[in-house]
Amino acid sequence: MIVRIKFTKTGSSKFVGHLDLLRYFQKAFRRAKLDLTYSQGFNPHPLITIAAPLGVGLTSEGEYLDVTLNSCDEPAIMIDRINEAMANNISVTDFIILPEGSKNAMAVIAAADYNISLREGYDFLSINDFRDKFRDFYNQDSIMIIKKTKKSEKEMDLKPLIYKYEFLDNYDLSQNDGYIPLIHLQLATGSANNIKPELVLETFCEFAGISYNPFVFATHRVELYGDIGKGKERDLVPLNKMNN
Amino acid sequence: MNKLALSDEILLSVDKPARYIGNEINMVKKDPSKVDIRFAMCFPDVYEIGMSHLGIQILYDMFNKREDVYCERLYSPWVDLDKLMREKNIPLFALESQDPVKDFDFLGFTIQYEMCYTNILQVLDLSHISLFSKDRREEDPIVIGGGPCTYNPEPIADFIDLFYLGEGEAVYNELFDIYKENKKNGGTRLEFLEKAASIDGIYVPAFYDVTYNEDKTIKSFTKNNPAAKDKVKRVVEMDMSNTYYPTKPIVPYVQVTQDRVVLEIQRGCIRGCRFCQAGIVYRPLRERSLDFLKDIAGQMLKNTGHEEISLSSLSSSDYSQLQELVYYLIDEFGSKGVNISLPSLRIDAFALDVMSKVQDIKKSSLTFAPEAGTQRLRDVINKGLTEEEILNGARDAFIGGWNKVKLYFMLGLPTENFDDVEGIANLADKIAREYYDLPKENRKGRVNINVSTSYFVPKPFTPFQWSAMETVDNYLEKQRFLKGKIDEQLNRKSIRYSWHDAETSIIEGIFARGDRRVGKAIYDAYKSGCIYDSWSEHFDFDKWLKAFADNDISAEFYANRDRDFDEILPWDFIDVGVTKEFLWRDYNRSLKEKTTINCAAGCANCGAKVFGGGICFDRQGGQVQ
Repeated sequence: MIVRIKFTKTGSSKFVGHLDLLRYFQKAFRRAKLDLTYSQGFNPHPLITIAAPLGVGLTSEGEYLDVTLNSCDEPAIMIDRINEAMANNISVTDFIILPEGSKNAMAVIAAADYNISLREGYDFLSINDFRDKFRDFYNQDSIMIIKKTKKSEKEMDLKPLIYKYEFLDNYDLSQNDGYIPLIHLQLATGSANNIKPELVLETFCEFAGISYNPFVFATHRVELYGDIGKGKERDLVPLNKMNN
Repeated sequence: MNKLALSDEILLSVDKPARYIGNEINMVKKDPSKVDIRFAMCFPDVYEIGMSHLGIQILYDMFNKREDVYCERLYSPWVDLDKLMREKNIPLFALESQDPVKDFDFLGFTIQYEMCYTNILQVLDLSHISLFSKDRREEDPIVIGGGPCTYNPEPIADFIDLFYLGEGEAVYNELFDIYKENKKNGGTRLEFLEKAASIDGIYVPAFYDVTYNEDKTIKSFTKNNPAAKDKVKRVVEMDMSNTYYPTKPIVPYVQVTQDRVVLEIQRGCIRGCRFCQAGIVYRPLRERSLDFLKDIAGQMLKNTGHEEISLSSLSSSDYSQLQELVYYLIDEFGSKGVNISLPSLRIDAFALDVMSKVQDIKKSSLTFAPEAGTQRLRDVINKGLTEEEILNGARDAFIGGWNKVKLYFMLGLPTENFDDVEGIANLADKIAREYYDLPKENRKGRVNINVSTSYFVPKPFTPFQWSAMETVDNYLEKQRFLKGKIDEQLNRKSIRYSWHDAETSIIEGIFARGDRRVGKAIYDAYKSGCIYDSWSEHFDFDKWLKAFADNDISAEFYANRDRDFDEILPWDFIDVGVTKEFLWRDYNRSLKEKTTINCAAGCANCGAKVFGGGICFDRQGGQVQ
């Protein structure tokens, strides 16, 4: 059976890289005595897929992974069991047994929500200036950028990939002391279209005529979505609610 | 969120920031304000290397079992962070509390290899602690050195307040009790060091003076403080099955070198190879019981979630219950996705059977360490491995399906001649012939034989402590000669040869038998920018040459010179149990190409019996002869 696990990655665990996180879960699941299904061969390893790698330095309350098990207990019991084996700033918040034949998290992912804050102590626009300029930025007919890959450079339009934006006022910052809430972004994520919040911020800074300093921004991922819409109509649902 | 010593901006600017955040699984958390003693335990190399070291994990567990002690860890910041910390004047911190090390009671270094000496200075410097012991103030931490390199502590004697000679399990508790008592009574740093010097195993370099002869050898080594002992005894743990062992080792986030459970099955070695310091200074052989090992293996796997377990010891094939242990681990944990990582075993039917069970034969290779190319030279070094054993082992393995062989040798061994060097090429070729003599249907393509040579460095407390190290020119000549001889072999296309560079080895040779005067060169090399000398990309030989030249330190004197029995050696004040008389006797046997019996077969009266246990007693009814 395949199980989808939702988890948080906060505090100092934001410095743990993607591959290290994968190894972390392999060991955590073994500590929690999950009935893991192993790959065959001389170096058997558990079958774990993380939905969308989170960049080093980003925090999240909406991460997902799929893991293959031979058997398991009730979700509530499993969540407790896993959390007992985890570090305090990586913790499981949901546990769903996927129906037979479900696509894995990496394959269905379509969008991600981010909350961007400002770190204190850096020069940046005033909040009102930022809002005016961001509206102007978004209201362009298109936001053309050059996307560089290892092989080539190609021109693309960012605008249709920014699904939504919203200025933040009272965003709960309990885990981000000293950060000033700025903006919420919903961005295309996944194998078809994938843009990172850093790219939007960098492009915005260029538009606003200010130099881009990545350390100004603290980025928190809120949720990952799959698209269950028919045809061209988008219908985004969180990865743990896709089969309800 | 736990507070971090470094800002996000710094952490996001350096490679692998998770090295510096602590908070790993099984990390010990205590309230620093509620303990009497704060101990910072340092492995002076990068996190991934240091976290792989079992000794620190043992001491970390042992110290933290005391309610009045909080032991934390630190490692050398990598060069990128080193630069930022200097620029921004950020004091080095311990991982657990993220507090500056300079506020701790102790800063302890485990010193595993000579090429980390500049990293000790780096850690002191970044911690804002004076590099020289004599410059430290009352409020600075007491700086301790321990580990194998302390069997000649003299090159770094000026930087360390006290050395701990021996196994950590033995007297650390006593040392802490004395420290606590002294602190409570308002005693000074000097008063603590004097009290500490009364404990066996503790060496306070400042309490001894050294004078030199005109020929640069040591004239006298005398104590200048009545609290100091004439001879400092190495301390040992004799009950290996009833002592500290970390059942909840820390599980790092970053992938470290030893990303697995490490099970130390025994300490010491019966073999007595004459080039090997560990084989002498960890005597006598002390096994841990099978029941103890089974129990802690299970606990460690459960508490870490590691998917691999490896056995650790100097010579695992000599562990009396190895078969039972290995088959137990395979049966008990193999089905639960745990890999068993085998140490280098003597190749016999048992080894081939377990290797075929736990390794992919197509990918794994056989390892032999003949160390020398001829029987004559193997007798000189007392390496009890014959050509027949190697060829038989190889043949059996080839029949079993293996076709990769690794062979380890040393160049520059005492009495070595060009016939011995050529013997390496011949032995490699004979192994290849064993393979090609098999019927074609039993072979899987070509055999791969990897020959590698290192540059022999004579070490203190070995029979070769009096021997000259080969000069760099002669070593390089032998290396070229061997390359030529390998290229002349019938099966040259199946043999690959690689060698260790000469530059770090010659420096190691100077440090290994250096005295206090060498410390000035280490200081100068560090000041000129040397750190991470064991990392080839950071090693700068020219800076070392300059530091040695400026301080009148020469390889001719420290490395390439034979010594007399009467010469005062810098480490003579240490009593490791094995006597100088035995070592001299064994050195002279080696020159006559005579081997010495191993501890399992009989007693050569090396002196280690003085510890009153281990193999000396287990197999001889406890009789001291």
